[in-house]
Amino acid sequence: MTDIRSSGEMAGHGIAEPGFSDFVQLLKPRVMSLVVFTALAGMIAAPVHLPPVAFFTAILFIALGAGASGALNMWWDADIDALMKRTARRPIPAGMIAPGEALGFGMALSVGSVIMLWLATNWVAAALLAFTIFFYVVVYSMGLKRLTPQNIVIGGAAGAFPPMVGWAAMTGSVSLEAFLMFALIFMWTPPHFWALALFMKEDYSNAGVPMLTVTHGRKSTRRHILVYTVLMVPVSLALAFTPVGGPVYLTAAVVMNAGFVWGAWRIVMRDEGMAEADRYKVEKKVFSFSLLYLFVLFGAILVEAGLHSFGYGAL
Amino acid sequence: MALRAEHEIYRRRFSRNVGVGVVLGAFVLLSFLLTVEKVTHGDPMHAIQGKGAVNPDGTPIVAQPLVKDSN
Repeated sequence: MTDIRSSGEMAGHGIAEPGFSDFVQLLKPRVMSLVVFTALAGMIAAPVHLPPVAFFTAILFIALGAGASGALNMWWDADIDALMKRTARRPIPAGMIAPGEALGFGMALSVGSVIMLWLATNWVAAALLAFTIFFYVVVYSMGLKRLTPQNIVIGGAAGAFPPMVGWAAMTGSVSLEAFLMFALIFMWTPPHFWALALFMKEDYSNAGVPMLTVTHGRKSTRRHILVYTVLMVPVSLALAFTPVGGPVYLTAAVVMNAGFVWGAWRIVMRDEGMAEADRYKVEKKVFSFSLLYLFVLFGAILVEAGLHSFGYGAL
Repeated sequence: MALRAEHEIYRRRFSRNVGVGVVLGAFVLLSFLLTVEKVTHGDPMHAIQGKGAVNPDGTPIVAQPLVKDSN
């Protein structure tokens, strides 16, 4: 008699034995990489320095705090994740990790990350990280996501906090530069996710998530993408005229904004017939370009920080 | 076939145990390095180093040798 089945599933539990990599998947590593990159930009652009171990500890626990919020999000959203093609293979709907394990893992990692960031840097950064986790899990996942088509607009704030947390970890406060970096990601999030929603159209309606594409239709979503992209332009350009900006950032921002607005304009000029005909080619391109947009602009902030340390840059 | 299935379970459990061990070891090492850095860089412990420590009346504390020279 054995309670081990050939599929690797424990009899009577319905949950397989999770490996270490399943817990890593619970942290949403791809989202974490974006968090690390933007938080790193916020930290390096700050006008002060931290000793190396404190610096490394700060970036590590900002990333793990973001990962913890991802685990808690997966715990809460396991029911709808199972219904969506994009998320059905996540560890909980795939039966690799029990929901309770994910909850315990996420809670422990959240508390640990906040405490370690506090010990390594200061309470302002730790409080901001705690608020980020709270905002993503409670305000976005438990509240907005299933209630309103504005879920992405307001919930986007959760993904926008990392550079502000990074800045606060270095300086112990929040300044205009940190706020503008936050605002840039905040304004970038809606067109980025709405472009995704246009070509992942079955997913959100199957799961009953009130994305703009489901509640207001696809034509309205296309208009919203253009409006939010245009609103994002002044925010991203404003950063060029702060101490973290400079000619390199300004050039990158002008070029990337032109590309993003052009892509949004092409999306709004298309209808569903055209999109279906070429399998959402433009929408997919704009989604990919939006990722490049954020990477280039925050990369330019890092370049400016390097130039400033040699006495160059700044407009 | 049955043996292979059992190996899969134990392989996953082993990978998890090794992973947790490595993470805990790294955490201990990081905590140690952070403590050393805090003590030596950002937060100097003046009282232990004898720099800037004062008596309640404000007079500086001068370190005295614990054992007097008997010669």
